[in-house]
Amino acid sequence: MSVAERTAQPARFGPGRTLRLGASRVAYETRIYFRQTDTLFFTFLFPVIMLTIFSVAFQGMGNVGTNPDGSGGISQAAAYLPGMIAAGILLSGVQNLGVDIATERSDGTLKRLGGTPLPVLSYFFGKMGQVFVTSVLQIGLLLLVARFAFGVELPTDGGSWATFAWVYVLGIATSAVLGIAISRLPRTGKSATAVIIPPILILQFISGVYLQFSLLPDWLQAVAGVFPLKWMGQGMRAVFLPESFATVESGGTWDLGAVAIALLVWLVAGLVVCRLTFRWIRRDG
Amino acid sequence: MTSADTAVSVRDLAKHYGAFAALKGISFDIARGETFALLGPNGAGKSTTIEILEGYRDRSSGEATVLGTDPRHGGLAWKARLGIVLQSSGESGNVTVREQLVQFATMYPNPREVDEVIAAVGLAEKAGTRIKNLSGGQRRRVDVALGVIGRPELLFLDEPTTGFDPEARRQFWELIRGLKRDGTTILLTTHYLDEAAQLSDRAAVVAGGELVDIGPVHTLGPAEARIPIVRWRENGEVRQERTSDPGRTVAELFARLGEPAELEIVRPSLEDIYLDLVGSYEAELQQERMSA
Repeated sequence: MSVAERTAQPARFGPGRTLRLGASRVAYETRIYFRQTDTLFFTFLFPVIMLTIFSVAFQGMGNVGTNPDGSGGISQAAAYLPGMIAAGILLSGVQNLGVDIATERSDGTLKRLGGTPLPVLSYFFGKMGQVFVTSVLQIGLLLLVARFAFGVELPTDGGSWATFAWVYVLGIATSAVLGIAISRLPRTGKSATAVIIPPILILQFISGVYLQFSLLPDWLQAVAGVFPLKWMGQGMRAVFLPESFATVESGGTWDLGAVAIALLVWLVAGLVVCRLTFRWIRRDG
Repeated sequence: MTSADTAVSVRDLAKHYGAFAALKGISFDIARGETFALLGPNGAGKSTTIEILEGYRDRSSGEATVLGTDPRHGGLAWKARLGIVLQSSGESGNVTVREQLVQFATMYPNPREVDEVIAAVGLAEKAGTRIKNLSGGQRRRVDVALGVIGRPELLFLDEPTTGFDPEARRQFWELIRGLKRDGTTILLTTHYLDEAAQLSDRAAVVAGGELVDIGPVHTLGPAEARIPIVRWRENGEVRQERTSDPGRTVAELFARLGEPAELEIVRPSLEDIYLDLVGSYEAELQQERMSA
């Protein structure tokens, strides 16, 4: 190889290549995602299944938020929809990537990639792209089931959908980054689901996914308020519930400013943790 | 050897894990285009050496240069010139052989043709099969295919044929000879002496983290270890004589005894020599410990 060729090399390993490889990894990762029946059930279909079970089981109790005479209010399905969307965002990001990357670290996938000229950033793009694609499909499915199986009226104004868009994008980005960060915790691939799934399940119970948030004791609301899921749920309630429901939120309003700040703080914290802790393999001294 | 002809250069390479010394200072060079084998028992330091050169582990002391670069600081452009076949892999394998090779080919600037590589490792009929549905030996061939897809200048093979049946090993040897003809430099670790003899230009024997011997495979061991043995039966007893002139010994025997009973001339196999080398190293170590 001539000297000229050698000095020309760094240009070939620039940002364009990182993006191109990232894009090819999105397709590769997404294909693998849909081939894993366990992720498909516990991550992709889980919110749809839970929405169906809760809607069917509790509709006998009547509508939520009715007038004193029992009229009005919204169906159980409509009441559960925002929480299930928030849960879907959390599962698609944190649970999916947390388990996936921990498994890849332990089964040698990361070690193999670490010996190739694949940039770490391309690997991250691939994972985040996979999260984004699968989560958009998951939420599309949730909305279809809510609308056509349970007759939930979806918002028709542009403002609600604009709120939906930013809460969703901020939520899924935060979730994906936290998934990469949390993947360091399990010591082995086999323990990954045991380490990651239980805290995420508990978070769903205390963050207003399965239980109405305003009915939880104040101290539990305060604990949930530290974590991002509560804020995703609040943002989604602002989108999908009638304005009158805002009165039962802690401040009596949807407080979208706080939603944005809480999610941004978690996003930045997650990025810092990823930057500091991600390694292809555990390097020894 | 000038640095342009040298693919790998190692000087006094040492690696400690706490008080345990996995490598106690080994040195060797590998020329461009050469196939070099690291031989040694389990725990000798073969994998530690190869993983330091691949950039996976840091060394404790000594020097290492791989394709002109210190492996501690090898970037993407450097990795693009390497091919790495690790010792074991347990990936979930939810992709087909072809999908996996296509994905890895995109990472390299000048990859080999995917279908050519699949054919070369003998998996043409399995190209559309998911990797998790392959046998252990077939999965190992996928590992090798992934190692060579990027047209590496230097290929690391860490015990590549473990789990292969004899026919698969012979096919693998042909593949490696083909890569060698293309000018690929190869660093190989193996348990199989015949593999080292078949493939490598030179070999180093490592035991207990030290280099015990180095050279062309047929010259390994002390010269006297390769002296043939003449064995025969005389007066009901098995007799033997180590001699560098076995023909003369046999002629003398014939003159003395007529046709000698159970006559044989044995040349120590590579395996005998290797076991001698490692065995005498370990005996020495034992002695040092006793006197210390």
